[in-house]
Amino acid sequence: MATEETRDLSSEALARPPVIGPGYNFTSITDKISAIVLRRKTSRGWLAGFGVSFAIVSLLLYAVGRLLVLGIGIWGVEIPVAWGFAIANFVWWIGIGHAGTLISAILLLLHQKWRTSINRFAEAMTLFAVMCAGLFPLLHMGRPWFFYWLLPYPNTMTLWPQFRSPLVWDVFAVFTYFTVSLVFWYIGLIPDLATLRDRAKSKFAWFVYGVLSMGWRGGSRHWRRYDAVYLLLAGLATPLVVSVHTVVSFDFAVSILPGWHSTIFPPYFVAGAIYSGFAMVITLAVPIRAVYGLEDFITMRHLENMAKIMLATCLMVTYSYLSEIFFAWYSGDRVEQYMEANRMIGPYAFMFWLLVACNIVIPQALWFQRVRRSVPLLFVISIVVNVGMWTERYVIVVTSLHRDFMPSSWGMYSGTWWDYATLFGTIGLFLFLFFLFIRFLPAISMAEMRELVPEAKVQEAEG
Amino acid sequence: MKTRRRAELYGLLAEFDGPQGLLDAARAAREAGYRCMEAYTPFPVEEISEVIGARRLWIPLIVLVGGVCGGLGGFFMEYYASALHYPLNIGGRPLWSWPAWIPITFELTVLVAALSGALGMLAINGLPQPYHPVFNVERFKLATQNRFFLCIEAADPKFDRDVTRDFLTGLQPREVFDVKD
Repeated sequence: MATEETRDLSSEALARPPVIGPGYNFTSITDKISAIVLRRKTSRGWLAGFGVSFAIVSLLLYAVGRLLVLGIGIWGVEIPVAWGFAIANFVWWIGIGHAGTLISAILLLLHQKWRTSINRFAEAMTLFAVMCAGLFPLLHMGRPWFFYWLLPYPNTMTLWPQFRSPLVWDVFAVFTYFTVSLVFWYIGLIPDLATLRDRAKSKFAWFVYGVLSMGWRGGSRHWRRYDAVYLLLAGLATPLVVSVHTVVSFDFAVSILPGWHSTIFPPYFVAGAIYSGFAMVITLAVPIRAVYGLEDFITMRHLENMAKIMLATCLMVTYSYLSEIFFAWYSGDRVEQYMEANRMIGPYAFMFWLLVACNIVIPQALWFQRVRRSVPLLFVISIVVNVGMWTERYVIVVTSLHRDFMPSSWGMYSGTWWDYATLFGTIGLFLFLFFLFIRFLPAISMAEMRELVPEAKVQEAEG
Repeated sequence: MKTRRRAELYGLLAEFDGPQGLLDAARAAREAGYRCMEAYTPFPVEEISEVIGARRLWIPLIVLVGGVCGGLGGFFMEYYASALHYPLNIGGRPLWSWPAWIPITFELTVLVAALSGALGMLAINGLPQPYHPVFNVERFKLATQNRFFLCIEAADPKFDRDVTRDFLTGLQPREVFDVKD
């Protein structure tokens, strides 16, 4: 990895594959990206995908409706494992969102120009993932219609939320994350919405994109303020990449349960979040670039860079697993030691070893450039990592809860059919929203792509 | 009388192929003494906003003030709720438990800063603004796609319909348009 980076840097000007295919100009970029929304006929593949994902959303609606009527007894949660699927799914989905923010904010601040073509849909992925994530704690509350009790608002009971509780921190963290991501995404979209407005053929499209673009006309004074706020939003979103999953990990780490009560949790969760997030970006980018012919915009270099980030975060996560095991042993705490052994050889051992295979062993293939440059292999590995990261959250939630300090309170847990239906349903919801996004909004930022074209360069004033 | 004249013509709009042409034109217009002008580009061109005449940038200050208000507001909300308005004695633990209030303080700092930055940018830019005279020019549609426009406004004291038109034509644009108000 190190030598590869050095080589990359030393011969940067010569050998680095470009971030955009050759021969593009302002017109062709605009045409190609906006055509997906405005000109192309809705493809059969899109309709099929949309239909299938809508069917899965219907399943989700049914599962949630049933939950609202009958209560969370239809899930497998029970004392001692009161968290189960819902929290594992929540952590998994929130984690997936992180790559979007990292790409859009941190890579922007670091002047990584290759981020340009993937940041828009990575941000959309963040939003949809956080929507899916937010469902689970709400539904898990039992009476979701009282969710607003979590918020500080003047009420006749003169009650306040318990601000010392990590669960309330979580509400603020997720709400802030969603809102800031949405604002960042929308501000980024405004110039592109104006492009769609100006290219729209139908009156209806012209009106809708016109309203959404708020009358953007690209004046240089506007651009200056726009750029300033976009950069500042990136700066504000950057600590969110680290803080959201940190706060999520506090839900675990602030408790005193064996396996949870650990200071390594925040960095461990953040690394895992970025790991699964980049896996999801690859999972989405591979089909999008193939179906819409965007290989010139989302190039091999993008996929390879993402694969490298995945490998790096894979190693961080691996280090966290190892240090968990080491500290369990080194602490001399019998409960900790038992928890760790139970994880590896107890009733949930299969899940633990599945996690090791998916998150540690298989992604090591990314060390090889041939694997990183093979689209099908990358796609398969990204799916494996997604599965592995879900398994990790399942293992964290269940193995610590099901056997804690007192053997008399031990128990077993397994998800019911409705647990699986809800998890599967949110995957459907995610894809459903993504299909809508691809069809109705530009999946790649046209305004930012134009800046990458050679003719966008201007010379400084002379004298 | 003056208002009527302005009602007829908002300004003159010149169309350019690339950012370089626009930048040169903007520089020339500035040297010729024009001040009320605006450049329209399909992506941000930093150099042009410098030439056009950049006023003080308020955005960073707005974001800072928003962030400070969010942070202080969040912290004192938590203090008020947990220590003054609804104190809970849990095993004699201190009510002034400020470390536990930091995560929400941080989140509200970011939230309010981001919202005030975004809303501030829109407000100062005067958006949403459904109508603007430049939209009356049919080819202005290209300003969000692949063309670069320079508009010298009739409000400029040096503006004269014919002289300014000749001046703009001399800058080798693709075309010069009247912008009706």
